[in-house]
Amino acid sequence: MESLLNAYDMSLIRTAAIMVVMALSLNMITGFCGQISLGHAAFMGIGAYTSVKFSINGIDFALGTLAGMALAGLLGLIVGLTSLRVRHDFLAITTMGIVFLFSGIVEQSRYLGDTDGLSGYPHPAYDDFTYMMLTILLAIGVVALSVYIKRSWMGAAFKSIGDDEDTARLLGINVPLYKLSAFVLGTALAGLAGSLYAHQTTIIQAENFGFIESITVLSMVVFGGVGSITGVVIAAVVLTLLPLWSQAIGDYKLLFYGGLLFLMMRFAPYGLAGLAQRARLLLTRRAGTAQ
Amino acid sequence: MSPILSVRDLRVVFGGVTAVDGVSFDVAPGQLLGLIGPNGAGKTTVMRSITGIVRPNSGVIELDGQRLSGLPIHQRMRRGLALSQQLVRPFREMSVIENVAFAAGHQKTDNPLRALVTFSHAKEQARAKELLEMVGIAEHADADTGSVPLGVLKRLEVARALALGPKVLLLDEPLAGLNTSEAETLAETIKNLLQGGLTIVLIEHNLREVMRVCPHLVVLDNGRKIGDGPAEQVMADPVVRAAYLGAATGDAGVAA
Repeated sequence: MESLLNAYDMSLIRTAAIMVVMALSLNMITGFCGQISLGHAAFMGIGAYTSVKFSINGIDFALGTLAGMALAGLLGLIVGLTSLRVRHDFLAITTMGIVFLFSGIVEQSRYLGDTDGLSGYPHPAYDDFTYMMLTILLAIGVVALSVYIKRSWMGAAFKSIGDDEDTARLLGINVPLYKLSAFVLGTALAGLAGSLYAHQTTIIQAENFGFIESITVLSMVVFGGVGSITGVVIAAVVLTLLPLWSQAIGDYKLLFYGGLLFLMMRFAPYGLAGLAQRARLLLTRRAGTAQ
Repeated sequence: MSPILSVRDLRVVFGGVTAVDGVSFDVAPGQLLGLIGPNGAGKTTVMRSITGIVRPNSGVIELDGQRLSGLPIHQRMRRGLALSQQLVRPFREMSVIENVAFAAGHQKTDNPLRALVTFSHAKEQARAKELLEMVGIAEHADADTGSVPLGVLKRLEVARALALGPKVLLLDEPLAGLNTSEAETLAETIKNLLQGGLTIVLIEHNLREVMRVCPHLVVLDNGRKIGDGPAEQVMADPVVRAAYLGAATGDAGVAA
């Protein structure tokens, strides 16, 4: 298998796997728990910068990754706390502020390489193939974690909050605590995606984790179908690879994602998962009338 | 017997308008209390003060001897309250039975960490099925909440509130929107719940059913309590009749 893939193929697969982790991390917050976030890429950035700083200081990649996840999750908790009192469009604006805060701080900090970013940091001693397999395994792990949470009573509580949080309270659900749990889980996993991303490239800059990246990830969740694990995985893979395969889409990436987000919201708010379900219903109905 | 639910000197002011003005009443364990009054009397505000949706300006509310004041909504529910809302609010992304089963799993959702390691829905599904049968909508168990009529959703609200296993069940106009026979059946179901030892506070406009099922009434008017006692006695009080039924003339209406 190793010989079948050239270095470029492997980088594509790696990137797709990392974006699966990233999209599923936002899906925990936006999909499972119904809390929109327009600033999710900032947490990916926190994971990336933290783990790179660890690598620069000669600390093991795995430890640096865990530290990146912990810091992203901690800051996710703080952002979550400040967001508890706002809903819907106000939550969108609050979370949008996070990416600008992130790039504002990073670009002013010599320690974080300001606008030049960080580069020339050590990479883990894996070859391309091993690193690709690692990202795939971690993506599978995050898929499994998503399925696990969705099926647990925590998933049920998330779903009730996303559906109608006032009624959830009336059924004894500690809404703030569950929302914070979703924020911490989702932002820590974004930190994982950030560390994986940073160590498969040679330079990280604040603009890699800005508003455009946040919207890109959100469009993956919306395109896949908010809350649907299968849908989001497919969307993350397709939307990562399309701009890399097609020069035209790559050149107009922002227009493409923005347009897609708009079209899905307007015509298929339940995303690919919703379209699939509609198609299934239509087919069974057809089969029913044909008999 | 000490009351299971006690409201003392409740006062709620909304932007200068006194919605509830020094209302006190007790609910004894196992009682079915009707909380009635004309529109704008403050019934729903009293109910919302009990659940914690509305923060009263002053007054004390005690459930089973414990003060509820200052507690967030979810903690009040966990101490033994449940509310069936006037305007139905089913979870739209759950089926009828899933709505009830979710509430039945309240012990599993108490703590997010516990919820994260708990999966089984079997017991809750079974309990939900029982409750749906009790309120008479078992045939709609697997239906989408968007596809069933209001009469089913009203009863779903009651079943879901019951699934919390409350000490005191608050019912805010459970009969509104039901046709006569549906209302009669549900009123009968509510009455039967008392046999299980439940205490119920019923806010209701349907005076006919209130008189039929509630042995005890508290009457509000303009935010004040104007009547409190056995139903027949309260409804015979000229002050109550004047306020609730409009300036009373003769005996017509009350007995109806």
